Amino acid sequence: MNGTAVLHSIIDGVLTGSVYALMATGLTLIFGVMNIINVAQGIFVILGAYLSYALSVHLGIDLFAGLAITIPTLFVVGIVVERAFLSRIKGPERVVMSILVTYAVALVIEGVLDMVFTANYVELHAWYVDQSVRVLGIWLPYIYLLGFALALVLLGALYVMLYRTRFGASVRASLANQTAAALVGINVRRVSTICFGLGVAVTAAGGMIYGATNAFNANSSYDLISRLLVIIVLGGMGSLGGALVAGIMMITIEDLVSVVWGSTWSNLSFFVILVIVLSLRPQGLFGQRSVRVA
Amino acid sequence: MRGKRKLFRALSVTSVLVASLFTVATSSGASSSGSIAKGQPVLIGASLSLTGEFSADGTAFQAGYNLWAADQNAKGGLLGHQIKLKIISDASSPTQVITNYQSLISTDHVNLTFGPFSSLLTLPAAKAVNRYGYAMVEGAGGAPSIFQSGLKNVFDAALPVADGLVPFAKWIASLPASQRPKTIAYVTSNDPFTEPQIPVAAKIIKAAGVKTVYNKVFAAEVTDYTPIADEVAAANAQVVVLGSVDVPTVSSFMQAFEQAHYNPKAFIATAGPDQGTTFLKAVGSTYANGVMVPNAWFGGSKNAESVKMVSEYIKKYGGTASGVNADVAEAYAVGQVITAAVKATGGFSNAKIITYLHSGVTIQSVLGAVKFNSLGENNQPTAFTFQWQGTKFVEVNPTTDPGATKILYPKPAWKA
Repeated sequence: MNGTAVLHSIIDGVLTGSVYALMATGLTLIFGVMNIINVAQGIFVILGAYLSYALSVHLGIDLFAGLAITIPTLFVVGIVVERAFLSRIKGPERVVMSILVTYAVALVIEGVLDMVFTANYVELHAWYVDQSVRVLGIWLPYIYLLGFALALVLLGALYVMLYRTRFGASVRASLANQTAAALVGINVRRVSTICFGLGVAVTAAGGMIYGATNAFNANSSYDLISRLLVIIVLGGMGSLGGALVAGIMMITIEDLVSVVWGSTWSNLSFFVILVIVLSLRPQGLFGQRSVRVA
Repeated sequence: MRGKRKLFRALSVTSVLVASLFTVATSSGASSSGSIAKGQPVLIGASLSLTGEFSADGTAFQAGYNLWAADQNAKGGLLGHQIKLKIISDASSPTQVITNYQSLISTDHVNLTFGPFSSLLTLPAAKAVNRYGYAMVEGAGGAPSIFQSGLKNVFDAALPVADGLVPFAKWIASLPASQRPKTIAYVTSNDPFTEPQIPVAAKIIKAAGVKTVYNKVFAAEVTDYTPIADEVAAANAQVVVLGSVDVPTVSSFMQAFEQAHYNPKAFIATAGPDQGTTFLKAVGSTYANGVMVPNAWFGGSKNAESVKMVSEYIKKYGGTASGVNADVAEAYAVGQVITAAVKATGGFSNAKIITYLHSGVTIQSVLGAVKFNSLGENNQPTAFTFQWQGTKFVEVNPTTDPGATKILYPKPAWKA
């Protein structure tokens, strides 16, 4: 181990972590507004990766340009899923039922992807996927740099939408208290549907980066969802900033541990941190202790 | 109150006894029956990883089992009984695989069992079916831990895992000093399939004077290989031996190596590159050039049984001989071993099949000759090294083999 290796692992962690943060932001946005846990988020990421793959291989569309198609497509998929299944879940068992319903949605999508694309692994290819640039003696892959930039742009757009628009005010009001939001005239149901669409839409970008940096098949979603759930729990369920910080922090620490103590400990570190943080702050790093009023 | 407690205790004891008797009855009934009524199919059960980490291999195994069953049924089945396969998915889980075999035996009352995919799942599966007295012929569980477990019912038709890298190691050692690499890096997943291969190869290579500059094990659960691959690249070894179980691992390392502008003179991975077109599709056809993998079979094998199977596979699924996954052949060979055992024993008694397979008999299969030692390992297969040369998957090692193609060494640059 040397200083360069440590620096390299930190940079890798920040670059990769930002993409995980982007995917997790969608998940936490959905939980924050709708009070449901979308365990289908992992398969939506893979769906996004497969859409990019199909556009790239069959139509020759560049991976980043393809996002102009895949992001709106997944937004629509999210709207359809929310309207068709989730909006029908009512009552005190809503959170538990949402896990079951979104799990069912995930299984259906996984089955369809398996049938269409088979279980064989694929990976997204473009010149910037394999090339890198040397900065301070460290080779930085373009795909990680571009993924980081994409995550910043989309997270920035999400921030502007949430804090600089009228719709964002409605979302934040719904995040804080759905009953009060409804009382002041906010159409909470409409906000929920759009938020679910947005939460799923960001997976198109996350999926594209994931597919460019990992060989994947439909079953790759299981690894993803476990990570994403850990990230939003650590960051604080419903906290967008928490997802961002936790995503970057978790992956960076994991990469750092891998270099300093060995990769055998890196995955363990992920969960050790979670246990420590939750022991000290059960609501997560940025979560609020108060219970939301539905 | 006391009366109720007594009644509860009596009921508990009774239910445990009934459950135990039921288990014994169903298990013994399932395993002892060596005959099947005329006109009834022979039911063969297997648990395969159709989802999860090993899904690509599991699906290829399923294709192999199905291909064998179709071929055998076309020949009249087994002793006149049509073969019916019952394959259920274990989602690549070492715990689910146990449940699956228990269910196949005690609920579905399968007559025979075929093995799952990977050493990781074969050991718990073999232990589970052993409790019912069933034989488990398998093609993807060659780890030493399986044969050191004392089980007498498990038979691996494929190459014993520990020997996999031996031809590669011997080739490195045999190179003239001017061409022989000076340094080597070993990096492996902590999997029962990969780990045992490394020390055997390292011993041979070290004896040839090649210095080990990196030797680390990574957790099988790792999903971000970048920091590990970066470490390997930083070690700048001339040869890299990667203990991998699947395509994504190999693909991630290759990508990270190229991004780090690191191109070893030789690169071999224990599994992944043997998956035919699956591997090419994942990494890109030009990218694979020069990558090596150990195995005992490849699509271009001249073995008559293999040629026939490959032709039937292509007829059914399309593609080319190079693109046929070695898993397909390993699964097909399992069926061939069972065919021979059933014919020889004249029935479906698992006890007789186990005795027969331990008798030292040699069975011909698509993998070549199969002969089990007292532990159930196949001591017949020759380990080969294969290499991707362009879009062709060719045998390169042992170099003395008449069918061997010249090794592409040093490996061309990535994407060359």
